[in-house]
Amino acid sequence: MDFTTGFFYLFSAVLLFAAFRVITARNPVYAALYLVLTFAQAAAVWLLLKAEFLAIALVLVYVGAVMVLFLFVVMMLDINTDSLRAGFWKHFPVAAVVGVVIALEMAAVLMGGFRLAEEPRAGAAAVQAAAQAGAQAPLEVSNTRELGKLLYSEYLYPLELAAVLLLVAIVAAIALTLRHRKDSRKMDPALQVRVRARDRLQVVRMPPVVAPPPQPAAASSAEGSQP
Amino acid sequence: MSVTLGHYLSLGAILFALSVVGIFLNRRNLIVLLMAIELMLLAVNMNFVAFSYYLGDMHGQVFVFFILTVAAAESAIGLAILVLVFRSKSRILVEELNELKG
Repeated sequence: MDFTTGFFYLFSAVLLFAAFRVITARNPVYAALYLVLTFAQAAAVWLLLKAEFLAIALVLVYVGAVMVLFLFVVMMLDINTDSLRAGFWKHFPVAAVVGVVIALEMAAVLMGGFRLAEEPRAGAAAVQAAAQAGAQAPLEVSNTRELGKLLYSEYLYPLELAAVLLLVAIVAAIALTLRHRKDSRKMDPALQVRVRARDRLQVVRMPPVVAPPPQPAAASSAEGSQP
Repeated sequence: MSVTLGHYLSLGAILFALSVVGIFLNRRNLIVLLMAIELMLLAVNMNFVAFSYYLGDMHGQVFVFFILTVAAAESAIGLAILVLVFRSKSRILVEELNELKG
């Protein structure tokens, strides 16, 4: 039992425990936090599988963005936990049977008749061979570089489709949750541009009215009485 | 005894089964349902990465990349719908979401 095996079992145990707590936690906030732990452990397992870029992306995208989104929503909504938990244990026998059947069937197939590639082949094997051969001629194979080469050459069109998908998700999420306030004093730029001078300023033609000139005698007499 | 492909696939299978159990248990709790779906996608991704490593083929990791994209979009829109449900009903109960019934 070498180093990698020990780490694999450690990460797997923590991952499965955290996943179990996600589905059984009483408080959704705890469920979200355990889901963070699950994703972190999955990222560690992927590091064992030498998928460094995806492991970092999992931590950044999921733990950093999606789980914070979950936490925001959980904390923003007023959730009555007890009504959500009603009937929780009523479904437990069915759920346990289904889950055990799924796990046993998959494990039976995997452990019994599935003997594909016991050892890492091709690229990964080449890296290991180069690492064992010595440091004088290290084989520089970067997971991120290889993934990038694939993504931007062979999968360029699907990558752009994924970008459009994310854009659609942004637009949909904003359009769904945007609320128009009735009391906000916002302006409509289209109306502002379309306005003309005659709408705002009305010139009224009217006969000129001349004010009577002030009386010079009264003014001089007032000045004279001052000193 | 070193770790083989079967170990990683079994880990993915157990994770998938756990999330199925979670969907059964939390039928009323939409938030935990979304989390269980995320766990399912994580199990699938685990299988993809394991196959990619043991077959020496990078295409599996590209697929994981796209699954991550779709999962992020799905959870964002799911949470937006959740907020909408809460706004219109002031609580989140799956039983009440039957108004589209014909």
